[in-house]
Amino acid sequence: MEDFLGIAELGTKTLQDLLDTAESMAEVLTRRVKKVPTLRGRSVANVFFEPSTRTRNAFELAAKYLSADVVNFTGGGSSLEKGETVWDTVRTLEALGVDAVVVRHRTSGVPEAMARQLDIPVINAGDGEHEHPTQALLDLLTVRQRFGHIAGLTVAIVGDVLHSRVARSDLYGFSALGARVILAGPPSLVPEDLAEPPVRVTWSLEEALAEADVIQVLRIQRERQQEGYIPSLQEYRARWGITRERLAQAKPHALILHPGPQNRGVEIDSDVVDGSQSAILRQVQNGVAVRMAVLYRLLGGEPE
Amino acid sequence: MADGNKKAAAERSWRITGALILDPFTGREGQGTVWVEAGRVVERPSGAFPEETVEASGLWLIPRLTDIHVHFRSPGQEWKEDLRSGSMAAAAGGFTVVATMPNTDPVVDIPALVAWQRLEAERLGLVRVWPIGAISVGLQGKALADLWAMQEAGAVGFSDDGRPVADSRLMRAALSYSRSLTGPIIQHAEDPGLFAGASMHEGSVSHRMGIPGAPAEAESVMVWRDVQLAALTGGRLHIAHLSAPGSLEALAWAKRRGLQVTAEATPHHLLLTDEAVAEWGYDAVTKVNPPLRPAAMREALVEAVREGLVEVIASDHAPHHADEKGRPYTEAPFGISGLETSLGAVLTALVHGGLLSPLEAMRRMTAFPHRLLGQAYPGLVPGAPADLTLVDPFHEWTVDPGRFYSKGKNTPLAGARLRGRAVATMVDGCWVMREGEVIDPCADN
Amino acid sequence: MVNQAAIMDQDAIRRALMRIAHEVVEKNRGVGGLVLVGIRRRGVPLARRIAENLAQIEGTEPPVGSLDIGLYRDDVGRRPWTPVAASQIPVSVEGKVVVLVDDVLYTGRTVRAALDAITEWGRPAAIQLAVLIDRGHRELPIRADYVGKNVPTARREEVLVQLREVDGLDQVVLVKPEGSDQVEEKR
Repeated sequence: MEDFLGIAELGTKTLQDLLDTAESMAEVLTRRVKKVPTLRGRSVANVFFEPSTRTRNAFELAAKYLSADVVNFTGGGSSLEKGETVWDTVRTLEALGVDAVVVRHRTSGVPEAMARQLDIPVINAGDGEHEHPTQALLDLLTVRQRFGHIAGLTVAIVGDVLHSRVARSDLYGFSALGARVILAGPPSLVPEDLAEPPVRVTWSLEEALAEADVIQVLRIQRERQQEGYIPSLQEYRARWGITRERLAQAKPHALILHPGPQNRGVEIDSDVVDGSQSAILRQVQNGVAVRMAVLYRLLGGEPE
Repeated sequence: MADGNKKAAAERSWRITGALILDPFTGREGQGTVWVEAGRVVERPSGAFPEETVEASGLWLIPRLTDIHVHFRSPGQEWKEDLRSGSMAAAAGGFTVVATMPNTDPVVDIPALVAWQRLEAERLGLVRVWPIGAISVGLQGKALADLWAMQEAGAVGFSDDGRPVADSRLMRAALSYSRSLTGPIIQHAEDPGLFAGASMHEGSVSHRMGIPGAPAEAESVMVWRDVQLAALTGGRLHIAHLSAPGSLEALAWAKRRGLQVTAEATPHHLLLTDEAVAEWGYDAVTKVNPPLRPAAMREALVEAVREGLVEVIASDHAPHHADEKGRPYTEAPFGISGLETSLGAVLTALVHGGLLSPLEAMRRMTAFPHRLLGQAYPGLVPGAPADLTLVDPFHEWTVDPGRFYSKGKNTPLAGARLRGRAVATMVDGCWVMREGEVIDPCADN
Repeated sequence: MVNQAAIMDQDAIRRALMRIAHEVVEKNRGVGGLVLVGIRRRGVPLARRIAENLAQIEGTEPPVGSLDIGLYRDDVGRRPWTPVAASQIPVSVEGKVVVLVDDVLYTGRTVRAALDAITEWGRPAAIQLAVLIDRGHRELPIRADYVGKNVPTARREEVLVQLREVDGLDQVVLVKPEGSDQVEEKR
């Protein structure tokens, strides 16, 4: 594996390997000294054209726990905000001699295009509405830890699937490992042709909840009302928000996931986020472990 | 036209023999010899000038190959293209006439700019450039530009291309006013709301790639509105780069009613589908407006061109600088550099594909474009300006944008194998391209 | 074509592990404060067997852990990627005597990585090393405290330890590539 661009292009074996490796990284995170010397002397550049505190922090910690050095290119007064193009950044990274690049961009395909130009590994930390593969890995790990397996589970992805890179990566990942995926939400955000069978599309939250072992709740952006995708957020909440009452209709063991940050009181209620069925904090912890696994997978083998 | 080569041509006589003459203007189709003297087609040479024979066996001879939809970017965006590079690209592609869109900077919305484009093109002495003027002042979609004055200065039609005329009241006014003009109102049909934020066709490919898409209806709802306004006004409407099945239905509806509505299709919409977006990764060479459509829609468009519902093929030649096209997909500009692949693509897709006879295919790039722009050309008859193209219909070649004369190297046909290309282009009795090499008359001075 | 020579059979392995257990007891005056840590993969079942032997001898079984040294190797990035497994040590190693257990001692690099790894878990009072086979060719100043069998080898040869927990049978074989009868170097 030379780059980590999307779940769609990974084989089942690679996916399993990554989850197994992430499992052992999770063990490292339980230690008092959370640091291993594995990537000593290597450097990783976090290039975030789009702001993201969580993902960037998780990647930074992951690299540091593996003893790699980290350099951050982020918005907020950096050259990225001063109109530097993606390709100037690419040339800068090459000149700096970093060993791997973690990239987030608001436009789909930028990591793929960068990977074509760079000899070093490129890791997709979220591109436009395309993929967010490390998020899917941490979702998979969280679910596997809880259920012991993924095959045979039913996973409902609820909300703004159309615009969600998390939904796409989850869809590919859970499907590849043998789960059944249901996409649920308003018709404008979950159009019928969004996915092909066996993935199911439903506009009824009740229908999705009744069957789901895992419920991935997607963040709904405020702008979607102005863009004409939904009526008010109140109406969205009334029909597709995950409340405690709604959750009571789901299977008792159903696990709640959310990629964060949550709009509490909109797509998900506080008592669900903080409730016993929520694995949201576990997701955050696993976020570091899976990123360690990806960094180790890309930098821990001899270059091809 | 002036300058060295042109003067030389004026005193030359050419005998072009052995070619298959395909003259859609007269319907003539057959082996024959064409005499050219002093810039015009003649029955017999006068003997007053030195004669030269061009042996053209195995080639087609086509008069007045025309592309009614190109962007030459001048004035104001000469880093993308200028009148010289655009004209060279046209000559290389076999075209003798091009109609240029007015979305330049400043916008071609006054007679002076129309006249300047005409004069500049004549000074270059390569191909005929027919300016299209803006419909609205500054392409702002608010007030009508001085359409008649621009026509007097040489404009052949009117368009806000690059943007739709979204305001129905303004579109009604333009169509209504067009009844007193010779040229049509050319609509870039797009519903701004439905298309907002889109970079490609909305469908399984856009869903997979996570690229915001717009449905085909973003085009066809506007075409339906416009044909109704054409019915209301009796005006002359031409739909640019038609690509959606719903637009075809609207067009058919208009034609059944006998309205003055025409449409054009581009070679890229006839040849490619939205799968090309996936094949090219996220390279913006495939980003074009209207976007490449799924296979079923492409097939419907091909059929419409075959049966003549869509009567014109035009390239929508839209060159951009590599740095602009190299930007992330959603940020890169729309457009494909098409002049130098148009003929090959049409021959490959339609003629060698067995869908259209050579004469019928060429009609869509010669006589029909003239008719819809209200421009007269008699065909290869004595006295006609000697504008003609020799085409090797069976020559197989690989598209290499690095060899384009256009400044815009942006095409998803890069690397494609095409069958058929122009081997010589003559304008006003003067060769402006031979064997793929553009002969720059200014360089000969 | 390769030649295989049996070095140890099931009984020999059993006897060697029992002897090692006795030596451990003798050296540490019992099993109090001992932790056995097997280096994955085959060091782990060996550590378990030694712990069982210790239980037979002393009546108490010391805790056994497993250690994956993948993240501590000095050749990360220079060889094909290998998955790592989670390490597991059930008790704190702080102040304890840790006996690292591995199947074959060769260059010493694995043990070096294990020493790094174990110190991440705390500061043991002492670390000792038990191996089933010492085949020589050290590249680092490392020696074993307990050795099942010393086997002189050539570098081209391979020592293959097979254990029933992993491989379904107990034996140690020396694998010689074709035409490598003479031992070209001995240490």
